[in-house]
Amino acid sequence: MTTAVKEHEKEEYLLEVVNLKQYFPVRVGFLKTVDLKAVDDVSFYIKKGETLGLVGESGCGKTTVGRTVLRLYKPTAGKILFRGKEINDGESLKQFRRHAAMVFQDPYSSLNPRMTVGDIIGEPLDVHKLYRTKEERESRIAKLMDLVGLSSEHATRYVHEFSGGQRQRICIARALAMNPEFIVCDEPVSALDVSIQAQIINMFEDLQKKLGLSYLFIAHDLHIVEHISDRIAVMYLGKIVETAESGELMNNPLHPYTVSLLSAIPVADPKKARARKRIILSGDVPSPLNIPSGCPFRTRCPKARAICAEKMPELKEVKKGHFVACVLH
Amino acid sequence: MSILKIKDLRTSFFTPSGEVKALDGMSFSINKGEVLGIVGESGSGKSVTAYSILQILAPPGEIVSGSIKYKDRELVGAGEDVMQAIRGNKISIIFQDPMTSLNPVYTIENQLVEAIKLHTDRNDEEARERALEMLQLVGVNDPARRLRQYPYELSGGMRQRVMIAMALSCEPDILIADEPTTALDVTIQAQILDLIQDLQRKFGMTTILITHDLGVVAGMCDKIIVMYGGKIVEAGTVDQIFYNPQHEYTKGLMRSIPSKVGKNERLIPIEGSPVDLLNMPRGCSFCPRCPNAMKVCLEREADTIETEPGHRVSCWMVVKEMVEKGEAALVPEEEAKEIDNRG
Repeated sequence: MTTAVKEHEKEEYLLEVVNLKQYFPVRVGFLKTVDLKAVDDVSFYIKKGETLGLVGESGCGKTTVGRTVLRLYKPTAGKILFRGKEINDGESLKQFRRHAAMVFQDPYSSLNPRMTVGDIIGEPLDVHKLYRTKEERESRIAKLMDLVGLSSEHATRYVHEFSGGQRQRICIARALAMNPEFIVCDEPVSALDVSIQAQIINMFEDLQKKLGLSYLFIAHDLHIVEHISDRIAVMYLGKIVETAESGELMNNPLHPYTVSLLSAIPVADPKKARARKRIILSGDVPSPLNIPSGCPFRTRCPKARAICAEKMPELKEVKKGHFVACVLH
Repeated sequence: MSILKIKDLRTSFFTPSGEVKALDGMSFSINKGEVLGIVGESGSGKSVTAYSILQILAPPGEIVSGSIKYKDRELVGAGEDVMQAIRGNKISIIFQDPMTSLNPVYTIENQLVEAIKLHTDRNDEEARERALEMLQLVGVNDPARRLRQYPYELSGGMRQRVMIAMALSCEPDILIADEPTTALDVTIQAQILDLIQDLQRKFGMTTILITHDLGVVAGMCDKIIVMYGGKIVEAGTVDQIFYNPQHEYTKGLMRSIPSKVGKNERLIPIEGSPVDLLNMPRGCSFCPRCPNAMKVCLEREADTIETEPGHRVSCWMVVKEMVEKGEAALVPEEEAKEIDNRG
């Protein structure tokens, strides 16, 4: 193995996920358990400085992907590689966690109300013992608060004194405390008002430029995901059904699910809204405990055929960088 | 003809830390068959408006003053028996969260039949038939089986359909939909909005749609009210609000929609934080976040003026423009009050 090739790979993919599976055993009666296939055979990669958007409806497994990638869950099967090295338990996991962080959806419940903002942001520093003196810790906290647009005078205050947008800034400062290279953002703006969402999205973009961060950006709002992501992956019932560069995906969606997802989003323009025809999907998302055979989308797909029930199609590259898993393509 | 007319409505919550003026002088009217959208951020008073109309405010909330006229009947100060006859029968509401608005220990049939029997003089058998018919109408598959089920056995979209069936079972004149799709996924949201629009057209029902999603109002409403800090800052037709916004807050809202901005452009947020209702600014409540705030904005609330037929706005910037164009004259505060009193 030559080091040159390895160096090259390192630069290409910061994070690579190969055939990741995450099943949760669920009791469905006396002594009987079945597997809830939250994530089923998912592969993707994220390059350095890149943002991969992950979209899908609730229950499709996007949050589980984010959590499993950070090894908050132990995967059922599959590999997670960071800078080309596989992450296992023990030292490699501990090292990885120093370089990866997470921002959660709900800034109201993901911050401890009994801790001061300074202590919340400083906690990762305490855990990994990244300072020598108290002054060093304090100056680091002040810098982090400054970075996310909070006044460092507020370090002694408690969380309840802050608004939703400010709380999300605290969460981001905490995620940045370790100087991570990779951040999983799990619906970071869904709980915020529209006017505040734009502030936080801009901040994510600024921080990416300044610190060279890579994001896995999980959200259900396709417009926000399109805006922030370089590439987008669309999930349905535990599987990735389509990935492409964000502009390509929005302008030329191929999978029937992506097409209907795009057409379902309300457009904030009255004339366009009146003119367009929406594809209204019938039915609900099937239960993840009882996933249809073959392609999971076939029960709601307007273009389903008999063959769809037999086998889940593989992700195929139909255009450079545009992958889709559908028998039609 | 206006079916609902609200004038200078004030609703406050008397909390231990002080009076929170959730609605601070709200006036609007809605005509029969219209779809009115109320938009604004959390805490702007959208839901309180709905709860005030139906008088289902939880203590310490209470209507302080103002008038709510349904047809010719005054609802503020009306007795509980009058309201009981109005709620569900004449004015119905669909709540935001279908997961918690159904009672988990009763079957769907129990809950639907109860509502129908309470408001009409149908007997058990007829009420059950009506429930079945309503479930069919809102597109619930296999309604006979659904009637026997409990809420936990239904998905979110199904539960919201049941809520809509319940709200419409007594053929109300006015339907208030309070963020009816916020808790649902996009594809389900599209189904539910389609359903509400369909039923609205079928029955010519007056609808008040409360939402924070500008995309939802753009597609469904005739008129829009934009709220901020318990007040209406701008009101007009959909096209007026979207294509010719006048208030700085509305303009900011329109600018911050990600889909309107190019991929490589930065989003234009409204800076600052939402208003603290316990600590309202003296003048315009949007003033601390407004990029064009002037001295007068700090001191006095802006008068509401009509810039074009049906388009009302309360912003000093607009007043200033009109004064400069010679279309209006500034009146000192005391005199203005006097004129108000006379009018």
